Amino acid sequence: MSSNVTRRLVLRGTAVAVAGAALVTPTAMAAARTATAGMTGHGGHDGHGGHGAPAAFDEVYQGRRIVGKPATGEHAAHGGFSASIDGKELHLMQNADGTWISVVNHYETFATPLAVTRAAVDKLRGAVLVPIAT
Amino acid sequence: MAVRKNQATLSATEKRNFVNALLELKRTGVYDGFVRTHNEFIMSDTDNGDRVGHRSPSFLPWHRRFLIQFEQELQKIDASVTLPYWDWTVDRTANSSIWGADFLGGNGRSRDSQVTTGPFAYSTGKWNINVSVDNRPFLQRELGAGSAQLPTRAQVDAVLAMTTYDMAPWNSASDGFRNNLEGWRGQGRVHNSVHVWIGGQMATGVSPNDPAFWLHHCFIDKLWADWQRMHPTSPYLPAGGTANVVDLNDTMRPWNNVTPADMLDHTKFYTYDR
Repeated sequence: MSSNVTRRLVLRGTAVAVAGAALVTPTAMAAARTATAGMTGHGGHDGHGGHGAPAAFDEVYQGRRIVGKPATGEHAAHGGFSASIDGKELHLMQNADGTWISVVNHYETFATPLAVTRAAVDKLRGAVLVPIAT
Repeated sequence: MAVRKNQATLSATEKRNFVNALLELKRTGVYDGFVRTHNEFIMSDTDNGDRVGHRSPSFLPWHRRFLIQFEQELQKIDASVTLPYWDWTVDRTANSSIWGADFLGGNGRSRDSQVTTGPFAYSTGKWNINVSVDNRPFLQRELGAGSAQLPTRAQVDAVLAMTTYDMAPWNSASDGFRNNLEGWRGQGRVHNSVHVWIGGQMATGVSPNDPAFWLHHCFIDKLWADWQRMHPTSPYLPAGGTANVVDLNDTMRPWNNVTPADMLDHTKFYTYDR
């Protein structure tokens, strides 16, 4: 193997590594954001200020499909968790004491994202969530 | 000087003038602008980020300014109108006169919580809910249906006795007068529990859709004025240099030309009947 070939292989390897880094990095950053959001969430699995992210859920409650999962991006600022009812986003927010509210139950606190999402289903009485016109 | 009165003392004419001014603001779209603004702050005010209208020291001056602006809009329709206040420590049942067909209308019906009596019933065609979290176009109420109770006079007095306006961390976890009145903590959960007791839109981020919002917040505003009179040496806090919250001389969004200091003396703008 000539030194030229060796150098070419080394260069190509470097190029692949750089390209790989460029491809991998956004995923890694997203994963890091998710992890950070989970760690800074205060509503633990016990729902009373435990450590770690609140439990994800995906269930049918009162005939409505409710899904909740750790979130990234702008949702992370509101507690790192997003929820939906029949596929429509329910705006959640976490309070400093670890409890949760939603745009549907804004003045009453609930222990977990699951509890506040179920409460929203109860209040909606079959109505469909809509994005608020701004 | 405009005098804000207890709603229980309003004459039939005063009630009618207030209601008619509300209906006119609704017709022109001005009313819904207030609903939209309130919800924008509800959604963006967070315990760990920038917070202006809620869960922060400026909860009281922000709502005072918000109410003054709304009252000025009412007065463009009818110069005799002022915001009435609802003392829910006294008028505290679904049968109170505030819920009469000649004023705010009654409770929602059981089937869908829809308000069907009074000037804000959907069937009048004059009170469609346009700024909403869901696809129901009618005003809803569920008076006393949930677990929340209206605060008692004793609970309000306990909050009024607190000598410090607000304290770190200046959010929904704070001790002090402001947060116990706002009701994120403390017995009675004062301001918050009234929203929950009424239910319907009042329990949501678009709470001003229910005209009861203004009468409730007018009483909260009066309680702030009462507290100031009881504690003349207790200042608005924080005084300055505090991250994410509105200090005494910081301007408040969305106006950007008014500070909590500007709002401390309500008698520049109106007085209360007692």
